[in-house]
Amino acid sequence: MCDTCGCNITPGNEHLVRADGKLAVTEDGKQAVNVLKSLLSENDHQAQHNRDHFDRHGVLAINLMSSPGSGKTALLEATIEALKDSGLSIAVVEGDLETENDAERIRAHGVPAIQIATGSACHLDAHMVHDALHQLDLDSVDILFIENVGNLVCPASFDLGHHHNITLLSTTEGDDKPAKYPVMFRAADLMLITKCDLLHVLDDFSPDKAERYLRELASSAPAFCLSAKSGEGLEQWLEWLSDAVKSHKERTEKDETIQPRIQIDGVKFHQVSGHHHDNAHAHSHGHAHPHTHSHPHDHS
Amino acid sequence: MHELSICQALIEQVEQIAIEHSALCVTDIYLTIGPLSGVEPHLVEQAFPIAAAGTVAEKAKLTIDKSPVKVYCESCGTETIVAANRLLCGECGTWQTQLRGGDEMILQRVELESNKEE
Repeated sequence: MCDTCGCNITPGNEHLVRADGKLAVTEDGKQAVNVLKSLLSENDHQAQHNRDHFDRHGVLAINLMSSPGSGKTALLEATIEALKDSGLSIAVVEGDLETENDAERIRAHGVPAIQIATGSACHLDAHMVHDALHQLDLDSVDILFIENVGNLVCPASFDLGHHHNITLLSTTEGDDKPAKYPVMFRAADLMLITKCDLLHVLDDFSPDKAERYLRELASSAPAFCLSAKSGEGLEQWLEWLSDAVKSHKERTEKDETIQPRIQIDGVKFHQVSGHHHDNAHAHSHGHAHPHTHSHPHDHS
Repeated sequence: MHELSICQALIEQVEQIAIEHSALCVTDIYLTIGPLSGVEPHLVEQAFPIAAAGTVAEKAKLTIDKSPVKVYCESCGTETIVAANRLLCGECGTWQTQLRGGDEMILQRVELESNKEE
């Protein structure tokens, strides 16, 4: 969210600012300061710095979020293998409470991986990602995957400076997860239903139902089914990814950037202030429509 | 449980404001938090004293305004209050709505005690 240009002042709160200017004195003589800043403005500031850094190097940064064990690392392994001869180079930032295990799995495929051990922190924040970036040569990277801590709650609240959010939902978890964790799934630019090779033995998971719950969050994000293990559905995901890389290259050449579709408390303010912010895209259910984000969400 | 991180960020902002206004202490902090911010107001209330201990905001009273989830429907032009996990238009039921409220996580206002009148 932008705290500098005044776009965070809405019809609902402007009286606070206008009443007595920025500073007012209360009846009992105390100084009242109207702030109207996101509680995470420090994180958001660092996130914007990270995003500038990615854009300068022409890197597309993707934040992967899901429950623990839904197959984020397996998806990355399959993606790395599939893109081996594509000319696209990948780097990975891994977030876990403990261990280097995931980073080691990624490195075994010949891709640089930086592990962030968060200790007890349940999410990555923009500062942690910034520290990890110092260990990577971004000039030789086209796609940076940030594998967030496995958690369907906290990671959704923190902007890391990435361009897209991808939320994974594995078929062993239950198709009503979007209804149970609306903040997380509403943040997704793409929902990937993983482990779909298991669908034939799971009679209680319906991909259509999962997608319906996603639509009930007013999200037009595409939803793809895939299996990193069998390779089923990977093509559609790889097509989305290469489209995203292409669109991002075009954007950075024009000095434009993009933010994940939903950034907490940013969207509404920008809408009110008259910035065009197309939150519900016109095209319908995403199965057959790769999502290209043709318009930049330019939060300056 | 990221509410503690949020409170620590809040305290940093409040401390900065207190310094800017040469305040002796912070007496009141007003937040607005919506259900779609991913932050639980009562957990913020619990985490606040831990983050505030030993700071200029140690004795501050925290007031949280909980904003409702509101969606605007472009097809029928109405704004309705809805549940956080069903952002369908309350009038016509379409899912292509725009969120108009309920995702806020904002520091609205801080009240300070200071030596001098400014």
